[in-house]
Amino acid sequence: MYLFISPWLIGFLIFALYPILSSLYYSFTDYDIIHPPKFIGLANYTEMFHNELFWRSVKVTLRYTFISVPVQLLLGLGFALLLHQTIPWRGFFRTAMYFPSMVSGVAMSLLWYWIFNPQIGLFNYMLSWFGIHGPAWLMNPDTALYALIIMSFWTAGSGMILFLAGLQGVPASLIEAANLDGAGRFRIFLNITLPMISPVLLFQLIMGLIDSFQVFTQAFVMTQGGPNYSTWFYVYNLYTSAFKEYRAGYSSALAWILLIVVMLFTAVIMKLSNRYVHYEGGSRR
Amino acid sequence: MSTVKAASPLSPPSRLRRRVDPVKIASFITLVITTFLMLLPLFFMVSTSLKSKREMLKFPPTFLPESWAWSNYTDIFETLQFGTLYKNSLIIAGFSVFGTLLSSALVAYGFARYRGRGNNFWFILLLSTMMLPYPAIMIPQFVLFSKMQWIDTFLPLIVPAFFGSAYNIFLLRQFFSTLPEELFDAGRIDGCGELRMWRTIALPLSAPALATVAIFAFIYSWNDLLTPVLYLSSSDKFTLPVGMASLTSSRFRIPPWHLLMVASVLAMVPIVTLFAIAQKQFVEGIVLTGIK
Repeated sequence: MYLFISPWLIGFLIFALYPILSSLYYSFTDYDIIHPPKFIGLANYTEMFHNELFWRSVKVTLRYTFISVPVQLLLGLGFALLLHQTIPWRGFFRTAMYFPSMVSGVAMSLLWYWIFNPQIGLFNYMLSWFGIHGPAWLMNPDTALYALIIMSFWTAGSGMILFLAGLQGVPASLIEAANLDGAGRFRIFLNITLPMISPVLLFQLIMGLIDSFQVFTQAFVMTQGGPNYSTWFYVYNLYTSAFKEYRAGYSSALAWILLIVVMLFTAVIMKLSNRYVHYEGGSRR
Repeated sequence: MSTVKAASPLSPPSRLRRRVDPVKIASFITLVITTFLMLLPLFFMVSTSLKSKREMLKFPPTFLPESWAWSNYTDIFETLQFGTLYKNSLIIAGFSVFGTLLSSALVAYGFARYRGRGNNFWFILLLSTMMLPYPAIMIPQFVLFSKMQWIDTFLPLIVPAFFGSAYNIFLLRQFFSTLPEELFDAGRIDGCGELRMWRTIALPLSAPALATVAIFAFIYSWNDLLTPVLYLSSSDKFTLPVGMASLTSSRFRIPPWHLLMVASVLAMVPIVTLFAIAQKQFVEGIVLTGIK
């Protein structure tokens, strides 16, 4: 067995364990990557908690996460439920919904950079159909973050695919039985479908949170964290401190806080979900 | 006698007559509207990519180009070394996919076929690395790779793939676990070693799962921005995302929207092609590996 898993074991040591531990060490040092690190104790951490940009990045990231992740999950689930029925053109709809997810990353950021352009972009043009005069989305500190949140809904199709796979795993016999017992659609959804797909939901919730804490591309390509730091995402802050200001020690402290927060969120969700998430066979694993 | 037969299709029992389900009609309408909204940006991406420099600045945007500027698609290769970007991205993604498939399949096989105490511990450790955010380890990795003189080479973007990635190992393990034990018993009787069984029994049966992993690995590498931004400094080594990101920079007073859209369309081509080829296996793979 160890022969087979050795590639991962070696990789784990070199690319995960060693970096995590040395990043913990760096976080207690003054380090510019060129000169050797100088130990300064907790100074990075105390500075962080007094640093306005740190708190700004936390606020921006949390606000983005708490709106974008739940809405994306709901949209993905909603689309999947609609498409799980026998409906004309089902294959077409499924492909069409998933298509935007293939444009991820920089291409998507460029496209939406144009869509949100206040003068010539598609978004304000469509709003004008309804007599709404749209704002200068990405150039306005009040709207820039919301523009990025709206953009994130566009890829709900990738979640939809996973939900569809989950829905296929719900035994038809259970639903038929409930139907015979006179349960309505809504009851069936609440009492059978939802518990049966709850592992998919949990998986996507955790992965969605982790991804969302790491938003970088949008900030890098579209806004550079602006205007007026309104899209100053946590990882963008971390990247800037390390590779623009050459403060790798401070940045490592940021990295460790990120790691701790991700672990905390995951642990809390797992703990809470134990009561609600249904695994076939009764117990996990 | 034949009258009985003729009458039956005209009078089905009304209880069984197919009623039009209002929920389905509502669903259908919702789907049409949302699909329209989802596809509209893509439509404009393609249509803007074919507009002239003058027309791209028009408001309201024209749905279809007035004059089709196909030359945009050749211009971009001349003005922005797009060919080099494309080639670099393909090389890196190709090696990453190969590395990921090879090592993840090997490791996943190890996890699927051996069930022991130590195994469980390592597997939980593997799963927990899925939660490890890349930014948390990026600085020490950068220091490590710069000590190895790998900065401004493709190596930092390729080599880690050869050590397997947690998510893909997990997917493949789930799949390998569903293969019937009898197959391997038969192999053992024939005197196969484990490595041979992996190659001749497990891998050929896993095409859908391997295709899924290949697609994930390709998309991941193809779209990655942060890692190449860190490691690549000379512009002839840039990957597609890095080169494209630089298009919005201050080089241009007005962003060349038509060219940005050309770049976006071209960046999508390999992924869409992959899906078109592997769609069936991909969907099957997601269902079979039971991502849940």
